[in-house]
Amino acid sequence: MPDVIVIGAGVVGAACAYYAARAGLDVTVLDRGPVAGGTTGAGEGNVLVSDKEPGPELELALLSNRLWRELAAHGGFEFEAKGGLVVAETGEVRERLVELAAAQGVEHAVVGGPELRDYEPHLADGLAGGVFYPQDAQVQPMLAAAHLIRHGRESFGRSALELRTGVTVTGFLRDGDRLSGVRTDAGDILAGAVVNAAGTWGGEIAAMAGVHLPVLPRRGFILVTEPLRRPLIRHKVYTAAYVTNVASDSAGLETSAVVEGTPAGPVLIGASRERVGFDRTPSIPVLGRLAAQATALFPVLREVRVIRTYCGFRPYCPDHLPVIGEDPRLPGLYHACGHEGAGIGLAPATGHLLAQRLGGERTDLDLKPFRPDRFPEGETA
Amino acid sequence: MKVGARPFEITVDGRPVPVLPGQTLGAALHAAGIRSWRTTRFGGRPRGLFCGIGVCFDCLITVNGRAEQRACLVEAAPGDEVTTS
Repeated sequence: MPDVIVIGAGVVGAACAYYAARAGLDVTVLDRGPVAGGTTGAGEGNVLVSDKEPGPELELALLSNRLWRELAAHGGFEFEAKGGLVVAETGEVRERLVELAAAQGVEHAVVGGPELRDYEPHLADGLAGGVFYPQDAQVQPMLAAAHLIRHGRESFGRSALELRTGVTVTGFLRDGDRLSGVRTDAGDILAGAVVNAAGTWGGEIAAMAGVHLPVLPRRGFILVTEPLRRPLIRHKVYTAAYVTNVASDSAGLETSAVVEGTPAGPVLIGASRERVGFDRTPSIPVLGRLAAQATALFPVLREVRVIRTYCGFRPYCPDHLPVIGEDPRLPGLYHACGHEGAGIGLAPATGHLLAQRLGGERTDLDLKPFRPDRFPEGETA
Repeated sequence: MKVGARPFEITVDGRPVPVLPGQTLGAALHAAGIRSWRTTRFGGRPRGLFCGIGVCFDCLITVNGRAEQRACLVEAAPGDEVTTS
């Protein structure tokens, strides 16, 4: 019998399992699909501090940024500490970016319009400048999730971290008013604690346990270009509109240019945000807008072919903060989900802090802003 | 093979390779026993036809000086100069 069952083998579940196993707990990870089969596999691999408003999510991002660097030192997945460049089209927008950077208090450099090309030689003419964040990084999220699990098994013992894919959780077991395990299509599994790391489907898992957790999908598309022989784009580059879109409450379509190269050669182009449920139908207007914004930022991309597109569903909560910690409404149930578009970046800190809670330790960061019972009953995102 | 059309030749790194009219560059190279014509950037592993239908971009090749063409989609023309990398 494991000490902990983690539901979800995305990057957040993998990080929870890794850190819990490191803390000496025996962990079983369950997923109805494969590793990284949900939102993790549809991400760009953002490890960003630049797009976070000052506050608890930025603190989480900074802790996670340090932890990603530790994890990347073990190797096995692409981690690029390449920095992020936020660009402004106008002087007014640039001033707002500079104010945000000062309020964040994270390492950054203000970049004037003429100096932008020192960072990115292929940027369009006429941009007003921006802010460079050296801590921004990128990981290959699927490999990172898989390697966290493998590295955990190799480091802490195969019995300390078991992975079972293709196993669907169908219900929960109770002992009095405490959770005591899960029911699955492969039989019941008893455990001392259950972690809901089901990402965009975390609300459904919570409902199965009888607790309210408003996590809903926010769709995003990504364009993938043909592999380029020489990197055209050195950093993660995005326009200021991305910062406001990330924090927006609009249900309608929002797009902003987010462009970055990858070690394998293709350029990834985002980002769109729509609240359309779990609809996977490709949207030509959205894809067209992404392409137009990217070529406006980097005219050189007009000559580059897009070879495929994909979409994913960001798990968002009404206040755009993740849910991390034990559920006071149901002893034995813990949550680590609802990270919206920042789940890759925030995964190690989430796993680390959750493992501290599971072990009854004091957490390095206050988890109150992330508590699972902060949403009024009946509130949906 | 198109009726009445005659086989012709292209060159691959300067060597003649026979082509049946209508064949793509990828088909002609494959028929000539050439299975790979580029290598991956990091591992240096061989790449040639994979999906064969224009989706995977694995079979990229340089034709008459134009880089990054999909060998599986480009129909060979008499005298085409193909260079591998």
